[in-house]
Amino acid sequence: MAHIEATDPNGYKPNQEIFSEILQELAAKDRDIIAVTSDSRGSGKLVPFGKKFPEQIVEVGIAEQNLVGVAAGLAAAGKKVFAVSPACFLTARALEQIKNDVAYSDNPVTVVGISAGVSYGALGSTHHSLHDFAALRCINNITVVVPADNFETAQATALAAKTNSPVYLRFGKRVMNNLKDVNDDTFAFGKGRVITEGNDAAIIACGETVYPALQAAKLLAEQGINATVVSMHTIKPLDTDLLANLAANCKAIVTVEEHSVYGGLGEACAAYLMQHGLHKPFRIVGIPDEYTVTGSQQDIFNHYHLTKEGIAEVVKGLL
Amino acid sequence: MQELKKKSVEYRKKILKYIVGAKAGHTGGSLSCTDILNVLYNHTLKVSPQTFTSPDRDRYIQSKGHCVEALFVVLADKGFFPEEHLETLCQYKSHYIGHPTRKVKGVEQNTGALGHGLPIAVGNAIAAKLDKRNYKVYTLMGDGELPEGSNWEAALTAAHYKLDNLCAIVDKNTLQITASTAEVCNTDPLDEKWKAFGWAVKEVDGHDVEALKAAFDSLPFEPGKPSVIIAHTVKGKGVSFMENNLKWHHGVPSKEEYALALSELDSSMEKVLI
Repeated sequence: MAHIEATDPNGYKPNQEIFSEILQELAAKDRDIIAVTSDSRGSGKLVPFGKKFPEQIVEVGIAEQNLVGVAAGLAAAGKKVFAVSPACFLTARALEQIKNDVAYSDNPVTVVGISAGVSYGALGSTHHSLHDFAALRCINNITVVVPADNFETAQATALAAKTNSPVYLRFGKRVMNNLKDVNDDTFAFGKGRVITEGNDAAIIACGETVYPALQAAKLLAEQGINATVVSMHTIKPLDTDLLANLAANCKAIVTVEEHSVYGGLGEACAAYLMQHGLHKPFRIVGIPDEYTVTGSQQDIFNHYHLTKEGIAEVVKGLL
Repeated sequence: MQELKKKSVEYRKKILKYIVGAKAGHTGGSLSCTDILNVLYNHTLKVSPQTFTSPDRDRYIQSKGHCVEALFVVLADKGFFPEEHLETLCQYKSHYIGHPTRKVKGVEQNTGALGHGLPIAVGNAIAAKLDKRNYKVYTLMGDGELPEGSNWEAALTAAHYKLDNLCAIVDKNTLQITASTAEVCNTDPLDEKWKAFGWAVKEVDGHDVEALKAAFDSLPFEPGKPSVIIAHTVKGKGVSFMENNLKWHHGVPSKEEYALALSELDSSMEKVLI
């Protein structure tokens, strides 16, 4: 059993802040790095970026469709573009621009959905993005990435800048604990990151739900149940090799995501497993298809059992 | 001058030929923007098959992507690809489909959904300013697509960034699939709208190649402002029974209609040559 002690959250940062710091490092070295914002530089933690690199930030005002179209035009002219806006607006209002101007036209924009999932919990469903994995998964030619901790965020941001094809990066607002004490993992899009290993069950999570999944594994370990926890940071392309391996070595599989139970990580895993004859006890933990309860992100996680206790209960129920 | 007019007639004949061959196409709108594309590619745009990957080339983005037949015919004429490729228009696995795609050499962006060209053009034009390159960016819009809100979002950004390297052309043929644009969603007075959004506006007869040349030659219309040419055109221009007739929005001529159209265009060619 690998070391799964929870790391003290103090000292860690919201992934959005790490994203901004890395983007500033990249921009200092490469004047083609451009951030495009829709009155979103505050929530995107890009105020210091804008001050340091006024020539490398394009502000379009509150106009998400235009944000993505302009980003595509900049990318077509050779810029390495990060189009930053709250995920709720970006992947709904500007979905057609993501589909056509970025993905279909193959303009290498990194579409950055900030304050994603239920980060804006108390603001209501207008501000929730529980649809973005589903919407983007069925659009050809875009990699969908949901970093869990600061390490993954830094790696994903740097990699997106180097990637000459469309990428969606999704971040939340909360301070994220690092998942491992030593981050020496190789990070690549499409390769899940194994956080801890155990053969009783596999918990496959992404983004801000990986930490509660890891805590659930710790709780289960105390009860003699050993779980593998995977940060499946890339929703598409899915790491099906890893998934097949988990199915071969674990007795049950639980997926966890800050997204609708429809169309996201869980259904992506389920489709692969079912179609490859890998039939294991399986459950999707996410936000059900109902009017989402209101409250803080943590309130909503608690309500829908996206907690260490909730996830551990689901795992136990399958064994 | 005479050369350009001759080309317009040739282009119209070819547009009809390939629409008849494909049994599909946006006939009326392709004929309304033929002269605009003619002047752009034969007079204005600094782009060729040899310079198409140059970062300094002029960019042309066709927002009214459905009128791709006009674009394909002009690109073939300019040598971007052999014209016989157009015989595969809309066929299984052909790259020559009913909207522009980058799989076809000469096409800058995949378009087809309306209201997308201008935002992309704005991004191109901002990049030119950032890189201190002198290329210009052109986008052709239909008047029927102007109710798309993304156009006006981009119009604001273009003025905000003082994109005097950007030129939008509105092919104002006043008809869309349902009825006249005035009946469907009136956008008049159009010049005042663009002016209010911070653009410099010129109105021209969109079939007068000399007037189009003069308008493009005078870009930017005002320093520090994006320019828009409102080109007054006739849907179905050049074929009397197609002109101003809704049926030809995406009507495909029968064998007889095609023959009639060709004979009309041949007569107009004789007039050009006199």
